[in-house]
Amino acid sequence: MNDRTGLTLSGVTVRLGDGDTMVTALDEVDLTVAPGELVAVVGPSGAGKSTLLAVSGALTVPDQGTATVDGHDLAGMTVRQRAAYRRDHIGFVFQSGNLIPALTALEQLRLVAELSPHRAGGRNPAELLADVGMTHRAGRRPHQLSGGERQRVGIARALMGRPKLLLVDEPTAALDRARSHEVVQLLARETKEAGVATVMVTHDHDVLEHCDRVTEMIDGRLSAG
Amino acid sequence: MFLALRELRFARWRFTLMGSVVALIAVLVVLLSGLSSGLVNDGVSGLQRLPVTAFAFDDGTKLDAAFSRSVVDREQLDQWRRQPGVRDATLFGNLLVNARSSRDVPIDLAMFGVEPGSFLSPPVAEGAALGRPDGIVVSRTALDAGLRVGDTVVIDRIGARFTVIGATADQRTYGHVDVAYVPLAAWQRLHQGAGPGEALRGSASAEATAVAIQADGDLDLAAGDAAAGTTSFDRIEAYGASPGYTAETSTLQLIQAFLYAISALVVGAFFTVWTINRRAELAVLRAMGAARSYLLRDGLVQALVVLGASIGAGIVVGVGLGGLIRGSAVPFAIEAPAVLTAGVLLVVLGLAGAAVAIVRIAAVDPLTALGAQR
Ligand SMILES: Nc1ncnc2c1ncn2[C@@H]1O[C@H](COP(=O)(O)OP(=O)(O)OP(=O)(O)O)[C@@H](O)[C@H]1O
Ligand SMILES: [Mg+2]
Repeated sequence: MNDRTGLTLSGVTVRLGDGDTMVTALDEVDLTVAPGELVAVVGPSGAGKSTLLAVSGALTVPDQGTATVDGHDLAGMTVRQRAAYRRDHIGFVFQSGNLIPALTALEQLRLVAELSPHRAGGRNPAELLADVGMTHRAGRRPHQLSGGERQRVGIARALMGRPKLLLVDEPTAALDRARSHEVVQLLARETKEAGVATVMVTHDHDVLEHCDRVTEMIDGRLSAG
Repeated sequence: MFLALRELRFARWRFTLMGSVVALIAVLVVLLSGLSSGLVNDGVSGLQRLPVTAFAFDDGTKLDAAFSRSVVDREQLDQWRRQPGVRDATLFGNLLVNARSSRDVPIDLAMFGVEPGSFLSPPVAEGAALGRPDGIVVSRTALDAGLRVGDTVVIDRIGARFTVIGATADQRTYGHVDVAYVPLAAWQRLHQGAGPGEALRGSASAEATAVAIQADGDLDLAAGDAAAGTTSFDRIEAYGASPGYTAETSTLQLIQAFLYAISALVVGAFFTVWTINRRAELAVLRAMGAARSYLLRDGLVQALVVLGASIGAGIVVGVGLGGLIRGSAVPFAIEAPAVLTAGVLLVVLGLAGAAVAIVRIAAVDPLTALGAQR
C-alpha cells in the first residue's frame, strides 16, 4: 500500500432511505484529494455534499464503489474499526464548531488525546492552539467565544491527532465575511503545513479563492466547478 | 473521567438539584430502615434471643394467635425429645401481664416461663440467674422503664408477687413489651390465674405454651408434629405470632420498596433528560471516533459520583436524625448492615436507571453531527 495517497473515491454510490423515499444521494462519484491539497465542494442544498463527507469520513458505507484513505479501504471495516480509524486518522470540522460546552478551548484539544488509548503521536495542544492564534482564549469555554474563535478551536481540535484526511462541513455558515476569510485561510495554511488531504463543503463562493480546486455537486454527481 | 468530571463541575447546579432529591430519598430510606429495625427489635427480640430452632404448639394452632392460645403438656415434650435430630427440648410459657413495681412503676411484661437451668434460661448481666421460685430476670429495657434489681413486682388482678433478681445485657422484648423470665412452675400458676395460697389445678403443673426445640441439623418437623400431636413453626416463622409484627413489617417493607423504585426512576429520568441534552455533543464525540463504551463509562462515572456523594450525605443526615429519634418513645435502631445494604441498593438502582438512559443515547448516529444542526 502506498503510504500517502490521500483520499480516493471511485464509483461511489450511496442510496438513502428505502422504498418510495429512496434517494440516490451520491451517484458514481469519483474524487481524489492529495495530501496537502484543499478541495472545495459546492452545490445546491440536498445535492449530497454532506453525504460525500460521511462516506469519506467512514461514517457511511457506500452501496457501490470504494472509498480509501492512504490505501485503506473504509468499507471493509467493522463499526468499531471505523470508529477507531476516525479517531486516529480523520479530523472533522463541523458547521458551528460543535465544541463540547463543558470544556475550555485547551481542554477541547486535550480531549482528543483522552479518546485514544495509546495517546502517542498527537500534537501538543498548547502549541496547536498557538498555531490557530487562540492562546489568549485557551481558558474560555465555547459560550464565551465568538463564532470565528469557535471555528479556529474546532480546526485545531480536528488537527490534534495528525489526521491524514480533514473533512470540513460548511465552516463559515455562521461567520461574517472577514471571519470567513480568516478561517478558510487558516484551513489552507494548516492543510499545507500538516500535509493533510482536506475536503471542505461550502455555500460561500467568496472563500473559494483560498482553495486549490473547486468541484461542484449537483444531484449526487460531481463535476469540476 | 476527563469529560465526566468537567461536566459535573460545569453543570454543578443541575447535578446538585438532582443529588439533593436522591439525598432526601436516602434520608427517608435510612429513617425507615431504622424504624423497621426498631420495630423488629421491639416486636420479636425476645424470641430472636432464644436459642431455639422451632416451637411446637398444640395441634391446629393458627400462627397469629399461637403464643396466646396454645397449650401443650409434658407428654408432647417427651415425644419431641425422642425425635431424631432433636438435641434438646423444653417447655416454654408465654403470657402478657400488667404489673406494678414496689416503686409504683406500672409496667407491662411478657412473662416467659422457662425451666431454670434449661437452655432457655437467660444469661444475666446484672444480679443473679433464674432459680428462686419467685425470682424473675427482666430485659435490660425494663430497667430503662424504671424497674430495678431488688424491686418487688405485683401482677395486677392475680396478686402474685415476684422479686426482680437479675437483668439481661441486651434488649429482649416481645410484642412491644419487656420480657420477664420466670420459673416455669410460677408461670403455670400465673397462667391458671391462681393467686397466692390458691391451689393449682391438677393438670396445670404439666402445661406450657409450646415445646421449644433445639435441633442439631436435619429436623423433620412434620414427623415430630405427627408423633407429638403438635403444629410447629421454625423460629423465624414464629416471629409472625408476635402481636402486630407481620402487619408492621410488611407496611414498612412496602414503603421502602416504593422509595427504591422512586429513586431509580428519578435518577433514570434525570439522566435521560441530561443525556438527551448532550445528544449533539455525543454525536460529535462519536464522529471523532469515541467508542460507545467510552461514552457509557464516562456517563456511569458521572452517575456514580453524584449517587455516591448524595447517598453518602443522605445516610449521614439520616443517621444523625435517627440519633435524635432514638431518645424518644419511637422504636428506632440504626443497624449498620441494614443501612449499608439500603445505601448500596440505592446506588445500584440509580446506576441501573442512569445506564438505561445512557445506553440508549450513546447509540446516537454520529452522522447527525454533520450537516444541518439541530
Ligand atoms: N437519512 C436519510 N434518509 C433519506 N434520505 C436522506 C437522508 N439523509 C439525507 N437524505 C437525502 O439525501 C440527499 C443528500 O443529502 P445531503 O445531506 O448529503 O445534502 P447536502 O448537499 O449536504 O445538503 P445541504 O447543503 O442542505 O446540507 C438529500 O436529497 C437528502 O434529502
Ligand atoms: Mg449538508
